[in-house]
Amino acid sequence: MLTLIIGILEEGLAYGVLALGVYITYKILDFPDLSVDGTFPLGGAVTVALISMGLNPLIALLASFLIGAFAGMITGIIHVRFRVRDMLSGIIMMTGLYSVNLRIAGSANVAIFTKDSIFDNSFIDRVVPEGFRPYLVVTLLFVIVLIMKILLDVYLKTKSGYLLRAVGDNETVVTSLAKDKGTIKIIGLSIANGFVAMSGGIFVQRNGFFEISIGTGALVAGVASVIIGINLLGKVSFLKATTTVILGSILYKTCVQIAISFGLVSQDRKLITAILFLIILITSNGRKRRVKAHA
Amino acid sequence: MLRLIDINKYYNPGTVNEMCLFDGFNLDIREEEFVSVVGSNGSGKTSMLNIICGSIPVDNGKIEINGTDITNMPEYKRQMRIGRVYQNPALGTCPNMTILENMSLADNKGKSFNLQLGTNKKRINGYRETLSRLGLGLEEKMDVTVGTLSGGQRQALAMIMATMTPIEFLILDEHTAALDPKTAELIMELTRDIVKEKKLTTIMVTHNLRYAVEYGNRLLMMHQGELVLDKCGEEKHALEVDDILDKFNKISIECGN
Ligand SMILES: Nc1ncnc2c1ncn2[C@@H]1O[C@H](COP(=O)(O)OP(=O)(O)OP(=O)(O)O)[C@@H](O)[C@H]1O
Ligand SMILES: [Mg+2]
Repeated sequence: MLTLIIGILEEGLAYGVLALGVYITYKILDFPDLSVDGTFPLGGAVTVALISMGLNPLIALLASFLIGAFAGMITGIIHVRFRVRDMLSGIIMMTGLYSVNLRIAGSANVAIFTKDSIFDNSFIDRVVPEGFRPYLVVTLLFVIVLIMKILLDVYLKTKSGYLLRAVGDNETVVTSLAKDKGTIKIIGLSIANGFVAMSGGIFVQRNGFFEISIGTGALVAGVASVIIGINLLGKVSFLKATTTVILGSILYKTCVQIAISFGLVSQDRKLITAILFLIILITSNGRKRRVKAHA
Repeated sequence: MLRLIDINKYYNPGTVNEMCLFDGFNLDIREEEFVSVVGSNGSGKTSMLNIICGSIPVDNGKIEINGTDITNMPEYKRQMRIGRVYQNPALGTCPNMTILENMSLADNKGKSFNLQLGTNKKRINGYRETLSRLGLGLEEKMDVTVGTLSGGQRQALAMIMATMTPIEFLILDEHTAALDPKTAELIMELTRDIVKEKKLTTIMVTHNLRYAVEYGNRLLMMHQGELVLDKCGEEKHALEVDDILDKFNKISIECGN
């Protein structure tokens, strides 16, 4: 049971950084960014490639953030400068990235069990006592997610962050501030996909292998986490939206795990995910309507 | 000096719905002029403001500010010298951000939006003072999200935000239309004070003929994309609501309000 809970926590936290990224696009920018399904494995591919080359796993994470941010920037440029619809820009990016990811990783499956990762390296071998090992991954993940959350919180309090929130809230205001709303969107997509790709990198380091299909459903997982977090925990006033989103990710993974424990095999995983997502969407719509009816 | 020179504007060109709104439209607005604009629905008032602000492109003609051609300048760049308040109170503010955050955004117009703290703590008292002038109690609600304010409160805030930093032009499009008479009066007084204090060149579209007569030193009436009345100075001061109504009736169209 404990291992199961820790497993869920690990998974939820690994996807927590993804959820933060999706929070930026889906909630702040109001942009359905499908490139996420490509940038999540992109981060994974970059990470396995660099780690296989013997690079420091932390630097690999940083690199996946940067390359993800670059990919997000391209999605933004396709949408803003070439006026392609938001959904389609993401689809173009996601489709193209599939090949790019294969190129970077070298093949559809790459194992890095034997290599150092942020969770398993000589430093940890020396410092961490044996008894703590089962909790090591979850603790490290917690720290990473916390750092990313705080970074995002701080950014959203800067002038640039204000502008990002404003562009999702009311574009007209951004224009009246004599700022190009397109540029702000590109910056937002860039940061968001940096988070997402980094999440992919973390995921791959935790699992010890890369698989080309890890991106399928990444956006769904992210949006589900955001909706669960904001709708369920948004009322709790002392929780920041970014915190609720991470908790949402853990709750979402719990739901998936519960569904699987009802005897469904892992082949059914995506179907479960889809149905679960549908339920979340429908119930959150219902809530919104009820609130409106009361108002 | 703001000039619209020989403006041509077609809507839906090349389709069955093609419509020529402006055909050789000309307008000169001098510095520090306060122009009230009236005209029936669909006469092209909003379109004219959109053309000035760069929200819509023109098919022909030139837009100049102080002799510089700005016809191809993107909308957001033009806003550097323009403050704009819309008919819809929701358009001028960010509903999910607090009053303080909205004020901070507006205060930073023209400066770089970098990684410094979004709200400058030292400025908060100044914001409070500005807001308290409105007498709406907004200064007590700095941490309230703007979406929860009433239309009038939002519009007042939008007005303050639009004129917070140094600008030359103030563009108002029926900015009191969504407000109750008392709040409308308040916003109009605020408008007058700000325009006077900051010496702004102002274009105010309104359906309220009394406002059009009482405020400003020039009055334009538009009809089907043309100026049918243009009075300034003494002539403008001599105008009364009935004169404008007569003119309205002459072009035999019902007026909006
Ligand atoms: N985006 C658009 N596409 C097509 N036609 C438009 C568009 N915007 C305005 N028009 C047309 O141009 C004409 C002028 O519209 P405009 O909004 O400028 O009028 P207005 O004087 O502001 O009217 P109101 O008093 O109702 O606000 C109308 O006939 C309108 O149908
Ligand atoms: Mg109009």
